[in-house]
Amino acid sequence: MKENTINIMWYGRGGQGAITAAKVVAKAAFQAGYTGVAMIPSFGTERRGAPVSTSLKVSKQKIYDLSPIENPDIAVVLDHLLLEEMPIVEELQKGGLLIVNTPKPVSAYKYNGIKIAVADVTAIANEAGLPYGIINSGIIGAFAKASGILKMEVLKEAILEEFAFRRPEKNAAAALLTYERTITNYGNKKV
Amino acid sequence: MHTIESGNTAAAIGVKLSRAQVIAAYPITPQTPLTEKLSEFIESGEMKAAYIPVESEHSALAVCIAASTTGARAFTATSANGLLYMHEQLHWAAGARLPIVMCVVNRGVGAPWTVWNDQQDSISQRDTGWIQIYVNDHQEIIDAVIKAFKLAEEVSIPVMVCYDGYILSHTYMPFDIPDQNLVDKFLPAFKPEYCLSPDDPRNLNSVTLPDVKPNVRGELAHGYMELRYLLQEDLRKSITVAGDVEKKYKEIFNRGGNAYLDEYKCDDAEFIAVAFGSLTFHLRTVVDTLREEGIKVGVAGVRLYRPFPDEAIASALAKAQGLIIFEKAISYGYMGPLCSDVSSALWKNTKKPFIHNYILGLGGRTIKTGDLTNALRNSCTKGDPTDTADSIKWIGLKI
Repeated sequence: MKENTINIMWYGRGGQGAITAAKVVAKAAFQAGYTGVAMIPSFGTERRGAPVSTSLKVSKQKIYDLSPIENPDIAVVLDHLLLEEMPIVEELQKGGLLIVNTPKPVSAYKYNGIKIAVADVTAIANEAGLPYGIINSGIIGAFAKASGILKMEVLKEAILEEFAFRRPEKNAAAALLTYERTITNYGNKKV
Repeated sequence: MHTIESGNTAAAIGVKLSRAQVIAAYPITPQTPLTEKLSEFIESGEMKAAYIPVESEHSALAVCIAASTTGARAFTATSANGLLYMHEQLHWAAGARLPIVMCVVNRGVGAPWTVWNDQQDSISQRDTGWIQIYVNDHQEIIDAVIKAFKLAEEVSIPVMVCYDGYILSHTYMPFDIPDQNLVDKFLPAFKPEYCLSPDDPRNLNSVTLPDVKPNVRGELAHGYMELRYLLQEDLRKSITVAGDVEKKYKEIFNRGGNAYLDEYKCDDAEFIAVAFGSLTFHLRTVVDTLREEGIKVGVAGVRLYRPFPDEAIASALAKAQGLIIFEKAISYGYMGPLCSDVSSALWKNTKKPFIHNYILGLGGRTIKTGDLTNALRNSCTKGDPTDTADSIKWIGLKI
């Protein structure tokens, strides 16, 4: 059953909403027919600004192993500076996909044997009408574009539901705009 | 209807569907989101119940004891040191034969301080006279809460539903929410045999002398020892009742079926791993890996821990050459409590397996699938038949 599981690790800072973003993707994945979905936050002594992470396992079958992902297929990084603070690239599977919220171009990241996708989610989400620093809806657009696992329409519905009382339309717009502006170093093929 | 929510939310929805009438709880990590969710349900009018805020866990259970004595369906939840602070009241609730249901969101106990998962908290309350049930995932949490009220009320004994802190309480997974009408059919309103009421004043659980003596009406009343004998007898009988409740739930909801054990690939197994809670499901993936290597291994998760279904366990494990018992708790100074209970259940069997006892995951130490696989493989392939359970082995220890 392990081979069929897609292991996605989300890295952010306390308060950035990495867990909410992963939860939205989990719900969308379930809607899209992945009956096995588990979003497993790693809890430390959280505080605003400190590095946090959450494991998201997606499969067509029920997930029985709820241990944290050790070597993810996909790493989603909500703050590019975390690449210097956590062993994100080292732990990524060989041939894995790294998705980063960064103002830098994709050419600024040179890691052997991994696929890279970048978007300046912080700026794009702000342009879409969200207050500066709200990025957890936008990053979902980058995830959709870079991974090709889930359709943007399904994710948009999940965003509208999750953010029903917190600027739903602007959060959805941030994700769509980020989707369009996500740049990869491997074309737009499915991973 | 399927949803994706946390284990704590699954428990809260289960309590709402069970139409609990009085909730009293004190927040403690990782239980807090469960009681927050219940207070939201009550505040929004979705659930008709009294939420009684209290200043401590001791008071939380005292409120539930009072509510249950008046015939209300009462619920509380806690973790770790909060549960230990209830200790005196736990004995009282069981002795008073009150069908209270409590979720224990398993967490290690201090000192040193920890907020992360192991099962020392509820295991250490094993002998308070409560029924203890351990569950493996979110579906089992919501189902077990509903079944717990049914069982508690059938036998007049309080029930703890125990699930792993963080691993289950804070993980988001899909589960089916049972239909309210069907739950009402399964679990009608609570009608106690007797309850305290201003119309019918009674003196309950007052000082009970060592010997039997006539009560105020001149009838010979039970002494302390008779009441405690009945608690023990009724706990033993509730093994059967738990089986009946499970059967009835399956008839209506088409889920579950075995109140005692969760067995996976045990039929032809030469070796059986034994555990509680989410670890049971984690071990399924390990069993699959080892089966591919040609090792005939299965896993049996213990669901009902008190009363201990010793006959069901002895029979399910009878054919195995080796048992490998994984635990997140210790009876300090001896071995894992499940290991000693399983060993004594097997005493009557003529064929005795070798038993290995692993301790792991204390205070939230990550249980790596690779470590779990290596330990189980080693025990299955290098298990010494003369080896006994007298020395525990540790997984993930860095000393």
